[in-house]
Amino acid sequence: MARYIARRLLLAIPVLFGASFLIFAMVFALPGDPVRALGGDRPISEAVAAQLREEYNLDDSLPVQYGKYIAGLAQGDLGTDFSGRPVSEILEQTVPVTVKLALVALAFEAVFGLVAGVLAGIRKKSFFDSLVLVSTTLVVSIPVFVLGFLAQYTLGLKLGIFPIAGVASGFTGYLLPGFVLAALSLAYVARLTRTSLVENLRNDYVRTARAKGLTPLSVVGKHTLRNSLIPVVTFLGADLGALLSGAVVTEGIFNIPGLGRAVFQAIQSQEGTVVVGIVTLFVFVFIVFNLLVDVLYAALDPRIRYE
Amino acid sequence: MSERTVSSQGPGVGQGDGAMPPSAVGRDAELPDSTDDLRQASLWSDAWRQLRRSKLFVVAAAVLLLLAVMAAFPGLFSSISPTESGNCQLANSKIGPSGDAFFGYDIQGCDHYANVIYGARVSMIIGLVVVGGATLIGVVLGALSGFFGGWFDVLMARVTDIFFGLPLLLGAIIILNVFSSRGLTQVCIALIVLGWPTTLRLFRASVISVKDTDYVAAARALGASNGRIIMKHILPNALAPVLVYSTIAVGGIIAAEATLSFLGIGLQQPAVSWGLQIGGGQRLIRTAPHIILFPSVFLSVTVLSFILLGDALRDALDPKLR
Repeated sequence: MARYIARRLLLAIPVLFGASFLIFAMVFALPGDPVRALGGDRPISEAVAAQLREEYNLDDSLPVQYGKYIAGLAQGDLGTDFSGRPVSEILEQTVPVTVKLALVALAFEAVFGLVAGVLAGIRKKSFFDSLVLVSTTLVVSIPVFVLGFLAQYTLGLKLGIFPIAGVASGFTGYLLPGFVLAALSLAYVARLTRTSLVENLRNDYVRTARAKGLTPLSVVGKHTLRNSLIPVVTFLGADLGALLSGAVVTEGIFNIPGLGRAVFQAIQSQEGTVVVGIVTLFVFVFIVFNLLVDVLYAALDPRIRYE
Repeated sequence: MSERTVSSQGPGVGQGDGAMPPSAVGRDAELPDSTDDLRQASLWSDAWRQLRRSKLFVVAAAVLLLLAVMAAFPGLFSSISPTESGNCQLANSKIGPSGDAFFGYDIQGCDHYANVIYGARVSMIIGLVVVGGATLIGVVLGALSGFFGGWFDVLMARVTDIFFGLPLLLGAIIILNVFSSRGLTQVCIALIVLGWPTTLRLFRASVISVKDTDYVAAARALGASNGRIIMKHILPNALAPVLVYSTIAVGGIIAAEATLSFLGIGLQQPAVSWGLQIGGGQRLIRTAPHIILFPSVFLSVTVLSFILLGDALRDALDPKLR
């Protein structure tokens, strides 16, 4: 097990460097001069511009810039944005917001997705099963931002149940954006759980459990659901990327001051270090999460053992 | 955004290639040909028969045909063109749906029905071009990677790893920022660059599962070259899962384009796109919700049709599900 984890971690290193270099190179290739853009209507004097370029290593070649960035990263220095604010400070402010949003979304996915999937799976071809199939297909086809507006308009504006923007009102502010962010994955979780449960319920050991006189709850809960969750857990790991992408849109629509909104603003103002810092963080979280998922397999299914 | 995850949704997708290879059936004279059914039981003709019977397929295909005609000849549906001068009267700004204008007017006082009809073109072009391009790259590289293995396979595995670490939307935002002017071509390039790794993985996996079958061994024993084996035996039998995925992915890509345009980083005004129309209506959601409503409905129906088409295709191509 330990050897397996070590090998996976080693494999993650080139991916991490590759992704961050790819992002760094593309941000570096952005057209326009960020220092001049900083001045806006009033041009910055040559001396100041030269000093800024020197400070942010803008005159070096691409590999040198990347090397300096990585060297700083190794010392815990993520760099600063152009107004001198450290990227780590931006992360400190925005990460908790996005983590809360993601947790609310995950909770929605896990609770509603699993319940709908299990209920549809144990009553195959029932009315509820068809309802889940139709409603998940509909949700999957509606783009996140359309769903966001739909929720904002009906639940927020017309019915007035939820606040329509911001997190000033605390936890309730996260509910609607969390639900919108979760909707797509929730549909997949429900479908995956259903398919996987239906397949596993056909197994011999399920028949044995039933023949022993176990209650239906115990047959589904103990004997089937646990190994049926494997594809669902895999999906949740791989889905983190979609969740982070969705956060850019959802945080924009609902005006949530999180990582997604920060990335978007940083790209528009060509704050290279901020973009690279945050997106690299995203990639890192994504890789670690997928590693965790692989390890979780073994915990969920005793038939799977790693060297 | 859903595009990356769709492949994990259908556990049946990977098994579509288990049926008899079409190339082997045609030559086999020993097969009893008492019924037409048996003689023509190749994977593809079988699937086509199955498809014609599926109501879902007929409905989805009809809707998509309508949208395709709308994209090619928008003039058939609307006598007004949104880009023609003189059609927008500011006095009409934000007026809701009525008998004169079925979908009301947008903020510039343009006929919203014309806007929405003309918006179909961009979505269809981007969806088909991106998926076509990404599938072509993915299938070629996936075939090489799965068939030959070795260092190329390892290299491709690492490269796709890196791309899978980049969430689709974030990657597209970064790539699109590289271009100084953004239009149809740039959006297509960005989405193709991010789209091919999924197809590669999927096709590589099904090539590997087909590679070890008896008919490939037989072809090799008869002295067929690698190129012939790939083109004649592996490609037709390994293509089913990719075809299903690609059909569904068209919907995902159309949604991605709309999302990018909505965020202001995809197509730019004066392009006519559903994403732009929804983005433009964002601030008017309180006063003129119809501006967001109509393009949203068209966008969702288009995406839904591609997903249903893909579902029907999967059911038809996977004999296990019958």
